[in-house]
Amino acid sequence: MNNYPALIVIAPLLAALFAGLAVWIEDRLSYYIAILGLAVSSFSALKVLIQVIESGTIQYKMAGWDAPVGIEYRIDLLNAMVLLLISGIALFNLIASYKNVEQEISDRKGSFYTIYLLFVTGLLGVTATGDLFNLYVLIEITSLTSYAMVALSDKDRGPLASLNYIFIGVIGASFYLLGVGYLYMKTGSLNMMDVADIIASQHDSSTVLVGFILCMIGVWIKMALFPMHVWLPNAYSYSPVAFSRVVAPLMTKVMVYVMIRLMITVFGFEYIFNTLHLSEAVVWLATIAVLAGGVLALAQDNLKKILAYIIVCEIGYMVGGAWLGNQSGMTGAILHLLNDALMTFALFLGLGNMVYMLGKVKLNNLQGLFSRMPWTMTGFVVAAFSIVGVPPTCGFFSKWYLISGAFEAGAYHFAAALIISSLICAILFFKVFEICFFQSSPDLQGQGHGHKFQVMAEAPVSMLIVSNLVSFSLIVVGVFSGTIVKTIILPFLQGI
Amino acid sequence: MNTILSIKPLLAVLVSLLVIPVLVSSSDRPNVRESWIFIAGTITLLIVLSMLPVILDGNQLALTLFEIAPGASIAFRVDGLGMLFAIVAASLYIVTSIYSIGYMRGLKEHGQTRFVSFFALAISATIGAAFSANLLTLYMFYEILSLATYPLVTHHQDTKSMISGRRYLIFILGTSIGLVLPAMIYCYHVTGTLEFSTAGIFSDQLSKPAATVLLLMFVFGFAKAGIMPFHSWLPAAMVAPTPVSALLHAVAVVKVGVFSIIRVMTGIFGVELLSTYNLGVVVMCIASFTILVGSCIALSQDELKRRLAYSTISQLSYIIFGVALLSPQGLLGGIIHIVMHAFGKITLFFCAGAIFVATGKKYVSQMSGLGKKMPFTFTAFFIGALCVIGLPPSGGFYSKWNLILGTLEAEQSIFMLVLLVSSFLNAFYFLPIVYKGFFEKSNEEDENMPVKIREANLCLVIPLIISAIISIVLFFYPTVFVNLIKVGLAI
Repeated sequence: MNNYPALIVIAPLLAALFAGLAVWIEDRLSYYIAILGLAVSSFSALKVLIQVIESGTIQYKMAGWDAPVGIEYRIDLLNAMVLLLISGIALFNLIASYKNVEQEISDRKGSFYTIYLLFVTGLLGVTATGDLFNLYVLIEITSLTSYAMVALSDKDRGPLASLNYIFIGVIGASFYLLGVGYLYMKTGSLNMMDVADIIASQHDSSTVLVGFILCMIGVWIKMALFPMHVWLPNAYSYSPVAFSRVVAPLMTKVMVYVMIRLMITVFGFEYIFNTLHLSEAVVWLATIAVLAGGVLALAQDNLKKILAYIIVCEIGYMVGGAWLGNQSGMTGAILHLLNDALMTFALFLGLGNMVYMLGKVKLNNLQGLFSRMPWTMTGFVVAAFSIVGVPPTCGFFSKWYLISGAFEAGAYHFAAALIISSLICAILFFKVFEICFFQSSPDLQGQGHGHKFQVMAEAPVSMLIVSNLVSFSLIVVGVFSGTIVKTIILPFLQGI
Repeated sequence: MNTILSIKPLLAVLVSLLVIPVLVSSSDRPNVRESWIFIAGTITLLIVLSMLPVILDGNQLALTLFEIAPGASIAFRVDGLGMLFAIVAASLYIVTSIYSIGYMRGLKEHGQTRFVSFFALAISATIGAAFSANLLTLYMFYEILSLATYPLVTHHQDTKSMISGRRYLIFILGTSIGLVLPAMIYCYHVTGTLEFSTAGIFSDQLSKPAATVLLLMFVFGFAKAGIMPFHSWLPAAMVAPTPVSALLHAVAVVKVGVFSIIRVMTGIFGVELLSTYNLGVVVMCIASFTILVGSCIALSQDELKRRLAYSTISQLSYIIFGVALLSPQGLLGGIIHIVMHAFGKITLFFCAGAIFVATGKKYVSQMSGLGKKMPFTFTAFFIGALCVIGLPPSGGFYSKWNLILGTLEAEQSIFMLVLLVSSFLNAFYFLPIVYKGFFEKSNEEDENMPVKIREANLCLVIPLIISAIISIVLFFYPTVFVNLIKVGLAI
């Protein structure tokens, strides 16, 4: 047995310790240590994914203790994919972040890198673990680090947003912990597989039911499912941009992963769809979330906020897809988890470039952006079209599966919500593009050829390369979505 | 019929796409940039033409790129219909490129590199749509085309173009996402495939009401075809520079819409299912309404480009009308109108642009006496008008003739009236312009002054002469296109 599964999580954890210390020696050193830690983690995640595809689920026992006593890492196709996604996004974001960090929080770089790495460690741990309580601990690690990070930004409203975030975050975590407590009461175990085995014969127990509902509510609060979303827009828009770029695509998606994990591995389809009959209500909730997220996004005048509300809307996609109760819906939800992480990342990368060059990203600051930052905008446009769902970008294909699933389940309202939200997103982004394209910024004009033109002022190359690379990957992932479904998602769904 | 694996359709799509980085990198050397456009355009046309003999022999070329889900892939298949459309688009692209050099430089437009780049992208998407093997691929290229055209429509970047751009997006994107996408996924949900086949993909899964709703979602959803009430983006889009109006809003974009409807009717539903459920008549009524109302509105337009736009709206519905007849002659007449109308209407647009560049005039009422100053332009305009009205000796006659025969064949002779009335209306809104040009005296000029010929520059005049000549040639030699349709539809 090799140690790659452990290395995925341990490498960034160790790097976090050293990065904090290294700042006393040399500023840049902590940056390099962080990069190294995440590179090792991504490489291990890639190795693990290949290994899982080739030879099936990996069980890794921490320090050799057997489950259910010891903590077990259980990596199957689903979390192998998510692990690679997290470590990859964290790594690429860090590469693009150097200049942002320099600009925004130059006096606290050491703490930034340490907290950043701890946050990523937490996410990776949440994804890898096969233990319900360990999951709680790791969720708290990610949450605590992100509270710190939101507070770290020296914007006036950072501390307030952070406080708000803490309150709701703690409530969410408590719900989950309480739910785990109920499950422990009934089963006496915390290992997911073990709990699942015991629950299988306890389907009519009300303790399990309460445990299930509490866990779900906790997870929904954490993933900002409407109407439990109020903390998200402020928390994401007031944190340092280098951090919001990683928390926005990953945090909510990891919580979606946790929901799917609980649904599939711990409670099982049989229990959720045939015993509980909750799915119709949850799909309605998701429908409302999709529409509300879109409508709220329309009301914003700050690009960061718009993107934050789009996340709220996209969460509805995945929750709805997972709860449709058929294979297409679940496939769509999992595929959308991957796609949405990538597209949100691409959007926030573009946003990061804009913040770096413009400072503020209120909509009326974005005048003439197509001429000022053509490369940033190219990437941003591709990502926006992916959110809208224009083929061949990846957003289209997951939407395809989700709508198919909705038709299959007869949930026409959910299908309608998906279509309407596509239209709303199109309006949203073209509202932005119109400002960038038709209005020219008065302070950045040059003279030549008889009429005025906009001077180009692009973000640094390191940021541009990453943002355009990620946007390009949206198309690549899109055209290969058939392959991803065939090699990862379907075998995973059939394996249970 | 054989299906041959071939990479050529992919190449035809890629050429115009791959030339974009080259165009961007040579943005400060306009002549180099323009020669690249020609090279790309010529290569595209040659690749398309190289497939022609194989297709005429009754074979098909196919290539599957990516499988997205079982039965839904991104794939190309070249058949007679796709070939016909691709030839028209690719050949007119070259002509339009010459024209757009003259036009854009003549007016010293800004952002020319952006303009030619998105133009190339639009052509790439058009060829892609022509060669699509299934509805998913077609939808993909349809959407890419919508988005690639937006910066062309709004090229002037002023308030007027912003408002037109908005209207363009709301109608085009709104309908494709709001109507076509759910209809397409529903088809896939019911049948598990989206592959075009002449027998249709439904066996007996659809009841008549469901089929009607689906068909209407498609017919209205592909709003590029300009079927009323989703037509008003097209007149609005006339704010674009004239080469865009000429190639995209008389040929490529609008006909991708029509082509998509044809594909859905002949390849997804299948002629048989449509006639069983008697759905042809439904579509024919919608099309007739658009034909007549479009022609009437065209009569009242004073701005030449808007008059042409409304004429396009009504002419596009001729094509839908012909296909909805569901009889061999009707299908032939409708589909060949894609070709005939393309050459006729692009000539008219070229003339409108040439008049604008040479004299700055864009209203019909200002055009008295211009024919003597611009004899070539106005002669070409006359020929283009003949072609659109459907009079010999122009290609338009051939399609109208077949459409009329089609109504008789389908025993829908009442609809023949629509065609006849509309032809009269066409004559009423086009011929006065020619009359004004040649025979009315301009009030600005002194009668005794000898009239000097003042045509627009050569880059503008040559393309319109070429397209006018082709409009006439097509009257005598429509055979290639007729055969392509017969091969494509097995009629």
